[in-house]
Amino acid sequence: MARYQFEPFDYVTPPELSGAGSASAPIIIVGAGPIGLAAAIDLATHGVASIVVDDNNVVSVGSRAICWAKRSLEIFDRLGVGERMLEKGVTWKLGRVYRGDREVYNFDLLPEDGHKFPAFINLQQYYVEQFLVERCADFPDLIDLRFRNRVLSVGQDETGVAAEIETPDGAYMLRGEYLLACDGANSRIRRQFGLDFEGRHFEERFLIADVEMDADFPSERWFWFTPTFHPGQSALLHKQPDNIYRIDLQLGPDADPEEEKKPENVIPRIEKIVGGRPFKLDWVSVYSFNCRRIDRFVHERVIFVGDSAHVVSPFGARGGNGGMHDVDNLCWKLARIVTGSAAPDLLESYNHERVHGADENIRNSSWTSRFMSPEPGIETAFRNAALSLAVDTPFARRVVNAGRLSVPCQLTDSPLNGRDDDVFDVPQKVGMVALDAPLSDRDDNATWLMSQLGGRFVCLVTGEAKAPAELPDGVELVRIGRGGFGDAEGRVQERYGDAVYLIRPDQHVAARWVAPGAADIRAALTRCAATITA
Amino acid sequence: MALNTEFNLGTESDALFNELLQAHEGLSREQSEQLNAGLILILMNHIGEAGTIREAVVCARAALDA
Repeated sequence: MARYQFEPFDYVTPPELSGAGSASAPIIIVGAGPIGLAAAIDLATHGVASIVVDDNNVVSVGSRAICWAKRSLEIFDRLGVGERMLEKGVTWKLGRVYRGDREVYNFDLLPEDGHKFPAFINLQQYYVEQFLVERCADFPDLIDLRFRNRVLSVGQDETGVAAEIETPDGAYMLRGEYLLACDGANSRIRRQFGLDFEGRHFEERFLIADVEMDADFPSERWFWFTPTFHPGQSALLHKQPDNIYRIDLQLGPDADPEEEKKPENVIPRIEKIVGGRPFKLDWVSVYSFNCRRIDRFVHERVIFVGDSAHVVSPFGARGGNGGMHDVDNLCWKLARIVTGSAAPDLLESYNHERVHGADENIRNSSWTSRFMSPEPGIETAFRNAALSLAVDTPFARRVVNAGRLSVPCQLTDSPLNGRDDDVFDVPQKVGMVALDAPLSDRDDNATWLMSQLGGRFVCLVTGEAKAPAELPDGVELVRIGRGGFGDAEGRVQERYGDAVYLIRPDQHVAARWVAPGAADIRAALTRCAATITA
Repeated sequence: MALNTEFNLGTESDALFNELLQAHEGLSREQSEQLNAGLILILMNHIGEAGTIREAVVCARAALDA
């Protein structure tokens, strides 16, 4: 299998410096990683133009974020790259946890059928970025991608933002209405703004390596506490496309990163894991991690998205997936604000909902980190008690914490939520992302519920519920049953019951009723979308 | 279920207290700590009510020797 070929993107002299005049877009996006690129595409699907600047000119070197959760895949699908990612990625849903060489516990992250996307795929970040860059090219009038454009400083006033940008041809100023700081964990903009990045640093060092080998390991996540091949530490193995395996090895707090990265030190460690199979080293890095966030993600017209706003340890796949939640949450709101259909204070709900989401991710990944690297003494005693009990005592298997993997964030307490007539014995609730289900269309072709939702407000009517007589402008009816889509396998009934749902552009349920009138829908819409009425 | 802090061990209390001590006999300090941790996890799971368990933690911390 050929390794990934890194092709640099072309640098083009920006019009501001080539004499071709100046470009104008309401949104400036700093950073062309997965988060910045996804934001540009999401905004473009709403017809909103952006200029994306990045100081680099190549996709991520090294696989970095590899585990993409079901919810992120649903978002990527809305953006037009989900199926491509699914096809290229390694699908998995089973995690196994070992102590020594003995399995103590395994978990199935999606035990039920009837969802378009699996629990997880593994796909190297460079593929995700490449697919997103190619997707951006479908919006030539709305997305202006500028590589080797480095932001030097950002300023703002009541009317807009301005970024000073440096290129190989010199510096220029870019102006817009809002700026998204998608410039990663070491965000230059965050530092320029002097924002405290509060939280905890973990001293523990980890070696991360991608190795290429022919092996028939199953598509599962394997985690070891104190394996015989790496005594006293932990290890993690993930399968990626192109016969690449990701190996994480805990090294302890005193490891010397430069020493550990040397092939003569890495190769013997990996030989012990892969048991004599021939392999090639593709990428190696040594890291320690932080669980931190800034206090507020919205600073007037400068909005922090993804790792620039919050970072977590990698053991729950909550970094890249958390960032995709941010994009999903932000872009429809921003699009409505810049097109004048929503009040600017709708942005405050991005701050509220995503601070809530980041805290959930930080909490979960901090708990995992503490379980994996307990302090000597009583912390180690509790950790080892849980691990040894887990072998024969079922409850303790659930106490063992080798990573709590990213699940959709629940916005149960969001100020955008409207009424919830919670009289149905179904899993769907207000504040949750909509649950997928298989459907059949009028021609009896198979499709998915999630493919009918997103990008605009939808009034979803299920089962025996009656659709309201009229819907406000901008709300589209999606009917399941009674002449609408067919509930192909009965999953809509099982997951939604007979009810009327108002679904946000980010596919979250904003309100639910047994039998609403038009005024009920309008009130919920106004509350959720901060609608400006003429 | 509020935490029951009234006596609830019937006629077996002295025997049970002694058996706890016996369970630790011959263990290293580390093994002893792991035994205690395991016991706490097992009993916590048996109780199964977050509020009760949190009350128990507060109650025990409040009683620590200075």
